[in-house]
Amino acid sequence: MTHLDGNVLAGALADIFSVDLTPASARCTGCGAVAQLAEAMVYTNAPGIVARCATCDHVLATVVDAGDRLWLSLTGLSGIELRRA
Amino acid sequence: MSADPLTRPDTARRRPAWHVATVAELAPETPTAARLVLDVPTWPGNDAGAHLDVRLTAPDGYQATRSYSIASSGETSRVVLAVDEVPDGEVSPFLVRELRPGDQLELHGPLGAFFVWQPSRDDRPVQLIAGGSGVVPLYAMAASHAAAADPAPFRLLYSVRTPRHVFFADELAALVGPAFDLDLAYTREAPDGRQGDIGRITKDTLAARTIPAARRPQVFVCGPTGFVEAVASWLRALGHAAADIRTERFGGT
Repeated sequence: MTHLDGNVLAGALADIFSVDLTPASARCTGCGAVAQLAEAMVYTNAPGIVARCATCDHVLATVVDAGDRLWLSLTGLSGIELRRA
Repeated sequence: MSADPLTRPDTARRRPAWHVATVAELAPETPTAARLVLDVPTWPGNDAGAHLDVRLTAPDGYQATRSYSIASSGETSRVVLAVDEVPDGEVSPFLVRELRPGDQLELHGPLGAFFVWQPSRDDRPVQLIAGGSGVVPLYAMAASHAAAADPAPFRLLYSVRTPRHVFFADELAALVGPAFDLDLAYTREAPDGRQGDIGRITKDTLAARTIPAARRPQVFVCGPTGFVEAVASWLRALGHAAADIRTERFGGT
């Protein structure tokens, strides 16, 4: 199975955040590229979900769901911009 | 000082949640896909292009979750999916082959505010480009556009294996009119008389058969990962701004 994209993060992140982060823009801490989270490359065939920068492949975020516990890392993202509609 | 909420009221009303769906109707969509009509009494409605997650739980507690685009939109508790069976998949073979009317499914949605189209945002033309079952969210957009009598010109370029593999064939044909143009690009077998046209979409296909970059269309591309990435790179090479191209990849099982 190949990678998907950040659209597929919407369900996992909806359990954590009160707004949909997939259209939010964020800066990659690896290369500085700014992109909407929906445009990230997402790998779901790991023990969790891994989102990588589409420009430099840096790991942006990981979500591991173990049923009664959930681990979230956003270590590769900075300056997350949410738009007021 | 006032704090605007980060979501519009209608989006807030459509916050994702877990729902129990009952299968109302099941029918073959193509030789490898099924159309699922689900009754979801608690469904808040959804924008055209949104998706949902389906969660299956095995008797031993093992769970598998997959995302599926929604073919329906608007304020309705009837949710329509069209699922293509992925050979050796974990979820799609069950949905396509094993599910029966009356069965219940766990859904999480509606999901995704990125790959959606809403009527009357502006009158920019919209170019939809689908590969295979990637047409599902784009069909929802085209149907929503027609239902809203939205004046923005829409075009759909749909890459599909054979005429038998066209999803929503009758519904798409019925949408064709002054504001919606349907262009089928067959990769394996075309209807009689069109055999010369067979082949995968190329950069030249996009140049000849989609709305040119000079008209600044909003472009939505959905299909398998390789298809989406090839099409998006050709669109940029043809002068479309990256910000005008919205993509959704699938690969799932």
